[in-house]
Amino acid sequence: MCLAIPAKILEINGDDAKVDYGGIIKTINISLVEVKMGDYILIHAGFAIQTINKDEAVKTLETLQEFEDVIKKNK
Amino acid sequence: MSLKKINELATKLGSVNIMEVCGGHTNSIIRNGIRDAMPKNINLISGPGCPVCVTTQKEIDEMINLALNGVPVATYADMIRVPGTKMSLEEARENGADIKAVYSATEVLDDKNRVFFGIGFETTTPMTAKLLENDIAVYSAHKLIPPGLLALSTDKRVNIDALILPGHVAVIIGEQEFPDLNVPQVITGFEPENILESIKIILDQLVEGKKEIVNNYKGVVTKTGNGKAQKIINENFKVVDSDWRGLGTIPSSGLEPKDDNLNAKIKYKDILGKTITKELPGCRCAEVIIGQIRPSECQLFGKVCTPKNPRGACMVSEEGACQIYHANRN
Repeated sequence: MCLAIPAKILEINGDDAKVDYGGIIKTINISLVEVKMGDYILIHAGFAIQTINKDEAVKTLETLQEFEDVIKKNK
Repeated sequence: MSLKKINELATKLGSVNIMEVCGGHTNSIIRNGIRDAMPKNINLISGPGCPVCVTTQKEIDEMINLALNGVPVATYADMIRVPGTKMSLEEARENGADIKAVYSATEVLDDKNRVFFGIGFETTTPMTAKLLENDIAVYSAHKLIPPGLLALSTDKRVNIDALILPGHVAVIIGEQEFPDLNVPQVITGFEPENILESIKIILDQLVEGKKEIVNNYKGVVTKTGNGKAQKIINENFKVVDSDWRGLGTIPSSGLEPKDDNLNAKIKYKDILGKTITKELPGCRCAEVIIGQIRPSECQLFGKVCTPKNPRGACMVSEEGACQIYHANRN
């Protein structure tokens, strides 16, 4: 619940936005942040909780991918 | 290279206990082998930052009882499998109770007859506040990290020399809200390099005799936090004393809905008053939460208590120390 995942804003529709994280497209709530198209955000339990710079977002996504690779390898 | 520096600094120090408060950190530390990579005198201890784990047995049993008495409820999927005194929410659902497991609180935004079981810290509270704003009743088990840290720092059962502070709680409350605890504290993200860097910062401080709060999650955590999230919390919740599993009652460490009509504890007090609750026999989750014992020191760990058949809250959640240690025990 506490591990927030970075995502890129693709489309904004009121309090909702379509985002891409790691290729998965999801609708999330953006009422807790000020965002525009193309921004990277941290998602937590279906809500954007912070805008983040692109470098930070890409770094986190790479780490999450490493996690998944390790988990797959261990299965 | 942080690990090399950590090893160098460790030679200048005695035994050091560093607590990572957040279950997300425990996850990253164990999965990435950071705990095992530490010099012998640097102990990384898991703390109380797992929402499911600090929720008390009474709160869990009351929610199950409410559902069994015909009130539709919803909560995060993690909570569903946590054992209650008689059964879990999952088992109550198998017995016909209307229980919805959600990933996001928004999934029940239009469900006015449902009670939302709100758990967790400042990171999940704004989402529950959103429900209150939309007239959805809430049973609140929400807790606040700063008073929790204060209680932990004065708890005689544990000896903490420094804290790795929860990055995403810090996103919401801001760097300035963490209390001075007279030990080094470092706000940290979840990437392994970031965690190693924070450990280095802590050891540097200990060598130099400093006790500062440092933000090592720059670009994400700000001084004042997320104002919109703080506003919606303050508008919909009031601060109250709260019970934590492992830590007991902590003054001004919990939140209840401001509007009594939306507070399920008031609305359904007759049903909730009849709840039977007792601690689960043998489960040492309460001691694991405050870092008094490691999960493997519990006699149930890995034998009768496993992620498939959890006997306590710490074995259910992916942020629970028992679950994380069990998943990475090899």
